[in-house]
Amino acid sequence: MTAATEQRVRTRAAAPARAGHVHSRRRRQRATTIVRFVIAVVVCVVMAFPFYWMVVVALSPKDDLFSTVFKLWPSRLTLDNFTGLFASYDIGTWFGNSIVVTVFVTVLGVVVNLLAGYAFAKLRFLGRSALFFAALATLVLPVQVTMVAQFRLVTDLGIYGTYWAVILPTAATATGVFLARQFILGIPDELLEAAKLDGAGSFRLFRSIVLPLCRPLIAVLVVLIAMATWNDFAWPLIALKQDFLFTLPIGLLYLQGQTTPDFTQIMALALIALLPMIVLFLVLQRYFVQGIARSGIR
Amino acid sequence: MTGVTAGAVAAATARPPGSRRTSRRRARLSETLVGYSFAAPNLVLLGVFLLYPLGLAAVLSFSRYSGFGTPEWIGIGNYADLLSDAVFWRALANTTVFTIATLVLSLGLGLALAVLLDKPLPGRPVFRTIVYAPIVVSGVASGLIGVLIFDENTGVVDKALIAAGLPAVPWQSNGTAAMVAVILMTVWGRTGFNMVIYLAGLQGIGPELYEAAELEGAGAWQRFRSITFPLLGPSTFFLLIMNVIYSFQVFDLVFVLTGGGPGNATTMLTTFAYSEAFTTRMQGYAAAIGMVLLVLMLAFAGVQWRLNRGRDVTE
Repeated sequence: MTAATEQRVRTRAAAPARAGHVHSRRRRQRATTIVRFVIAVVVCVVMAFPFYWMVVVALSPKDDLFSTVFKLWPSRLTLDNFTGLFASYDIGTWFGNSIVVTVFVTVLGVVVNLLAGYAFAKLRFLGRSALFFAALATLVLPVQVTMVAQFRLVTDLGIYGTYWAVILPTAATATGVFLARQFILGIPDELLEAAKLDGAGSFRLFRSIVLPLCRPLIAVLVVLIAMATWNDFAWPLIALKQDFLFTLPIGLLYLQGQTTPDFTQIMALALIALLPMIVLFLVLQRYFVQGIARSGIR
Repeated sequence: MTGVTAGAVAAATARPPGSRRTSRRRARLSETLVGYSFAAPNLVLLGVFLLYPLGLAAVLSFSRYSGFGTPEWIGIGNYADLLSDAVFWRALANTTVFTIATLVLSLGLGLALAVLLDKPLPGRPVFRTIVYAPIVVSGVASGLIGVLIFDENTGVVDKALIAAGLPAVPWQSNGTAAMVAVILMTVWGRTGFNMVIYLAGLQGIGPELYEAAELEGAGAWQRFRSITFPLLGPSTFFLLIMNVIYSFQVFDLVFVLTGGGPGNATTMLTTFAYSEAFTTRMQGYAAAIGMVLLVLMLAFAGVQWRLNRGRDVTE
């Protein structure tokens, strides 16, 4: 009885001190959170500004650009840049070219890289490591090293002046093989062994066991390959010289190369080129982040 | 199709116990065939469109070649010319400066933002998305946006500086300013990537370490210095490699934003090779520049390989 009272007294005495400690700690934590929040807002305003400015210029009258007044928004909103753009250039064709090239490279890229990834991950064959390493090494091969020879090659093959000149050289990538091999390595061997005992050949193993498990991998590959192809510039710049073959990045350069480049129209086109990627990014953000975190390769 | 038959052969030959050694050898042979048939589409594309041109480029680098007709063998002539070409040395120096600057800035910023946005914070997903979003912008578009931001006549930064009564920065006529513009736009596009890798690295550090350090009375900076940073070592190492590779290959952004100018203040090895190949049409010379670029990349890859020998990068 006395012991219980004693303890109750002690607890009551200690309580305010502890509460005070917890209180100050919580207050400190809240202060830290506020500081962190403010820093994050400032950083994100800076990071988002180029996007904002792109939209502002695309929706501004041309005079705004040449006025010396500092202003962070359009003097009036207008769609003239878009209508002018579509009136002067064949944007539909360029957009269509970008779609065709992106779809072909993505489909071809996913297929060849998946097949190779399976071979490098699960099949044992002579020269496997050496070949995988050679494929991986192309990561450090900038297009400027091979462009002169590639240009001659596509000319000799007779595909210069067609989409194939862009599609074929970009379909197989170090990134794709690497990602596919990494992912398929994670599929347990027991699963494959069991099916093998049932008499399944390698192709059936691939189709009925590996492929159905590869859905997340395919999503990551689609996202990364589609983005890289949609934005690709250096090689298409060399391989697509005729304006009816231009993809959007080459079209942007073409607009910039006019004698008096109209940057409001250029931003309008840049926005049109960016929109599909923004949509893809927002819908499949998970796969973007996953793909990049897993491979570290864009 | 060959996969099916080869697989069936492997399955069939695996059974009879009689001549085990020959059957095992045959099984291994068939697995090799299957392996090659799966890898073939990829290897053919890489071989025809990358490795063959690589070999051809090596040959062309010893030739005088305008892009038409037959290349004329001139031995090491192109390489000898390179050594005495001031533009080449300038491009090499620019590429180095650009690589180091973007590496330090985008890694530092990426790490800082990862630490900032690792623990719960109101609006955290939005912040992360905004930092990360520039990754979807093409190099060409970032270059064009860069023009609108940094142009010394129409750019928003100089207008703001003038409005604030400060001197405008001559982004197009001053070489250093032009390089700064290129670096800033690159860092804008690259930071989100570095942040994502660092965030993944932070996931691997258990909270017990921080709790223990806090009990010992370690401050925030001390905890960062003695726990976070060392334990993020693998992420930093990886990012170092990737960022050097990306920076060394920079092309689109420079091509659009500065075109290598003013003078050759922002000419990189890549843009130098391009203009030699397709403007002055000295394609043999351009191939030689490409070979130098390749050797530098391979040397770098070799160094990191040696440093990293204990770890298996391909696993």
